[in-house]
Amino acid sequence: MNAKHSTLIGKLSLLVVAMFAFGYALVPLYDVFCDITGINGKTASEPVSAEAAIIDTSREITIEFIARPNQQMPWIFKPEVRRMRVHPGEIHIMNYLAENPTGRAIVGQAVPSVSPGQAALFFHKIECFCFTQQYLAGGNDMLMPLQFYVDPALPAQFSTITLSYTLYDVTSQWQDSGQDTESEFGE
Amino acid sequence: MSTVTTADHHDEHHDHKPTGIKRWLFTTNHKDIGSLYLIFALAMFFLGGAMAMVIRLELFQPGLQFVDPQFFNQMTTMHGLIMVFGAVMPAFTGLANWMIPMMIGAPDMALPRMNNWSFWILPFAFLILIISMFLPGGGPDFGWTFYAPLSTTYSNDSTALFVFAVHIMGISSIMGAINVIVTIVNMRAPGMTWMKLPLFVWTWLITAFLLIMVMPVLAGVVTMVLTDKYFATSFFDAAGGGDPVLFQHIFWFFGHPEVYIMILPAFGIVSAIVPTFARKKLFGYASMVYATASIAILSFLVWAHHMFTTGMPVFATLFFMYTTMLIAVPTGVKVFNWVATMWRGAMTFEVPMMFALAFIVLFTIGGLSGVMLAITPADFQYHDTYFVVAHFHYVLVSGAVFSIVAAVYYWLPKWTGHMYDEKLGQLHFWCSLISVNLLFFPMHFVGLAGMPRRIPDYALQFADFNAFVSVGGFLFGLSQLIFLWVVIKCARGGVKAPAKPWDGAEGLEWEVPSPAPYHTFDTPPQVK
Amino acid sequence: MLPWIRVYYVLRFDSLLLQNVRGEVNVAKTRSWRWSLPALLLAGQAHATGIQFNMTPGVTDISQQVYDLHMTIFWICCAIGLVVFTAMFVSIILHRKSRGVTPATFHESTKVEIIWTAIPVLILIVMAIPATRVLIAMEDTSDSDVTVLITGSQWRWHYEYLDYDINYFSILATPRGQIEGRLPKGDNYLLEVDRPLVIPTGKKVRFLMTSDDVIHSWWVPAFAIKKDTNPGFINEAWTQVNEPGIYRGQCAELCGMDHGFMPIVVIAKEPDDFAKWVEQEEARIAAIREEEQRLLALRMNIEEQMELGERVYLAHCAACHQPNGTGLPPMFPALKDNYVTTQDRAEHIKVMVDGRPGTSMASFARQLSLRELTSVITYTRNAWGNDTGDVVQAVEVYEYMQGKGE
Repeated sequence: MNAKHSTLIGKLSLLVVAMFAFGYALVPLYDVFCDITGINGKTASEPVSAEAAIIDTSREITIEFIARPNQQMPWIFKPEVRRMRVHPGEIHIMNYLAENPTGRAIVGQAVPSVSPGQAALFFHKIECFCFTQQYLAGGNDMLMPLQFYVDPALPAQFSTITLSYTLYDVTSQWQDSGQDTESEFGE
Repeated sequence: MSTVTTADHHDEHHDHKPTGIKRWLFTTNHKDIGSLYLIFALAMFFLGGAMAMVIRLELFQPGLQFVDPQFFNQMTTMHGLIMVFGAVMPAFTGLANWMIPMMIGAPDMALPRMNNWSFWILPFAFLILIISMFLPGGGPDFGWTFYAPLSTTYSNDSTALFVFAVHIMGISSIMGAINVIVTIVNMRAPGMTWMKLPLFVWTWLITAFLLIMVMPVLAGVVTMVLTDKYFATSFFDAAGGGDPVLFQHIFWFFGHPEVYIMILPAFGIVSAIVPTFARKKLFGYASMVYATASIAILSFLVWAHHMFTTGMPVFATLFFMYTTMLIAVPTGVKVFNWVATMWRGAMTFEVPMMFALAFIVLFTIGGLSGVMLAITPADFQYHDTYFVVAHFHYVLVSGAVFSIVAAVYYWLPKWTGHMYDEKLGQLHFWCSLISVNLLFFPMHFVGLAGMPRRIPDYALQFADFNAFVSVGGFLFGLSQLIFLWVVIKCARGGVKAPAKPWDGAEGLEWEVPSPAPYHTFDTPPQVK
Repeated sequence: MLPWIRVYYVLRFDSLLLQNVRGEVNVAKTRSWRWSLPALLLAGQAHATGIQFNMTPGVTDISQQVYDLHMTIFWICCAIGLVVFTAMFVSIILHRKSRGVTPATFHESTKVEIIWTAIPVLILIVMAIPATRVLIAMEDTSDSDVTVLITGSQWRWHYEYLDYDINYFSILATPRGQIEGRLPKGDNYLLEVDRPLVIPTGKKVRFLMTSDDVIHSWWVPAFAIKKDTNPGFINEAWTQVNEPGIYRGQCAELCGMDHGFMPIVVIAKEPDDFAKWVEQEEARIAAIREEEQRLLALRMNIEEQMELGERVYLAHCAACHQPNGTGLPPMFPALKDNYVTTQDRAEHIKVMVDGRPGTSMASFARQLSLRELTSVITYTRNAWGNDTGDVVQAVEVYEYMQGKGE
């Protein structure tokens, strides 16, 4: 094999490795892209600080709350109200009721999704139960709060924002990795 | 198919090569490896075709008659995987192996040992894939597109074997592609400048770059499926913070260039055959090269047109709709160039030309339905129906497969030293042409009428079309047995072929005797 | 044209007649489809026969716009095809060697090449304008009158009305006997469900879509809506149906074994009729709840349970576990002679209520009524020679659901 070949093979192999890495890089890139464009309706997974935003009283936005336990999640999980009308900029608190009717402790993780997707960029959560896994002992119930406001910069074409939470049973993952956090959640 | 002929050379040229099975296992000769690839592709074509026959048999009448839905899903999945990775891609690689060194005046491929490896791991990949069907629970049944989470949380345990097999296929393709690039870049004969390269070489060079760019991405996405299923990662699982739609983005980032991997070499073949039988130089050579390159570049910007129904925002949808429509421009240039090449030529209609002409017409039909599919609002109605099935089979069967068949007829005399049986060849052509249209054309209607794809049973209003399509399918399947017979007959003997059996042909491959000696261009020819 | 096809068809046609198969051509109108192919072959009058060749114009303004767009693009494509193929066939007929022509030598022309690059660009722009307009018309997030949350799961749809206290599952109603060819196939073979989605006409209805397991796709051609339901994520679509009627569709994304068996039926009713339906439905669901409370005190006998249990089993379980309980191991275990169904009664109830995480076995606690759940457990413990003689009672299942069973 001559040197000319080796150089070229080296470059091409580098390209192969780079493209394999690029495949994986698409995962974080996609998240960044979603954060910028709201392509899949994911909301930020970190709280925003409550800024003293100007309240836009000239219009009202309907916020729809949907809460569904996944079919393998036995909790009862629902919002206090189905709909709320808010002025952009106002800070609101919405409580979700969670009840574990089984005899064993279950850890839940709520996954948020907003429709229309682009509106997700203008829906800010100051505090949310979806930021962490939630532990609930058998037979217990609890209220899980969500504190949010709608950005006054929300484009005019959006009049309804649907916020959906799907609740998953992540007990197995919690037991696997969450030993040190047990004290934090253990009741 | 060229076993017999190359054995003849053994006597003639006193080449040092082992005999029997060892010769084929250890061969580093580009012609041997090309033959191996082509024979393998033909075998896979019949295996994947047999699976298509099972699908058409079940769909012949409404109701479940022959197979259960799970086995039906395995058939559609395996049919897709085998035809894409086992038939079309290896056939093109086989043609590249045989023809590229001869076309550029090189003695062999640049990396003969790697060449041997890249072929011989391929049969094992498919062996693993086929074995997975006999495991309890069956083989992969989530479609060749293996959308998560159907292929992760909800798949059976053969998924691990599927992932392993895809990895091997990917490695084989990448090695093959590296070999093609190094050969073309470094081993051209003196005077063979870039703009003198035959278009088949050009299209393959661009295809090889596409392969190197996207096969690693496929490897990445199957690995993610594997770790999601067995190692508790959650790339595609919403419960763990992943997103199932992300799978489709990564898959189609591979998948759309993959479509062009299966059609660009076909453009090269047709661009070789049409001028030969029109006895006129290819019209617009330079624009052909640029069009191929633009298609390749655009192919990286259109992937999400497979995903219009996943719920993308309007601006993204518009972007992908416009880029997709744009691809019609360079593709149109190619078709116009072929027609202009024929214009005022002196045409004859031997079998390779017949298949090339059928390619142009039927591929154009597939291209036009592709334009329709790009129109997003209409795509909401077309998506995942038989209209899509019709579209991509027009492009892949009467496109890619017809071009491969045309190439085989065109170069068989060079490979075997014998002329193929023209009468049988014409019979094969007409049977294929009629049955392929009986098979795929009604699918447009049944898709528009609302039949979803990948279903083992259907509502009664689709019954007539499906019966018709199934008959077309069986006829197309039977017609390919004629092809097998022509190829075997030609390999075993026939009228002696001259060095240049087609009077209008141009290119270095016609300057060596037929059959091509085991070693060609040991001293590089001077290209004027 | 090809007489053997006609022969085959007549044969097939006769065999179908023997089975007394009836068919339906169009989801909205019933015509005979039997004569269509012979008519197509003999007379070539495709349109008179009732086979549907083309996309439906649908029953909404949007679906009509989509249809018009489809036809515009279709005719443009036909025109392009006609021009290209005419040039090609003229060349094939005139410029053949057998006519003694000498080939020309031209092989490039920048002018021509620029023209045939520019013209397609112009045609594409002409296509893109209406396409963009329709796409933007489809995107309308203004307030809706009715909102339905659609949840796909293997292999059934769940509809939940956000404005009313109504939610239910909708599953395939075609009997297995028809699918397996033991019974004659009905008019709406594979396109019929036990409980259709009901929406009002003339009102904006918004659909929110999600999934419980894999990706499905909710498709009703008459509304030109096809939207994927992604697990954990929510998608949106809307429609405004002009005419009352029954509209049928299917799941359009491969979602596993019974992907072909999860149809969609939507009934559009006049607003008054819709209001009546809502009342009835709310009353029906309230009655089921009341019945459930009553049931806890009641003991059902085995005959009653076996009969209901069998119906529930065939509708909800037989797809995976097979009508005869042999399953499709290892993905779908056999229930016949199974340890859980013959011995471990507590585990049996647990699996039915909670599902088996990490497998396709879903929780049926919300999918079935208590009565149905109890009966199907009793049924599987006694069918196919399992013969445990167990008669499970609603209160037992209820207690497990309330966490008292452990």
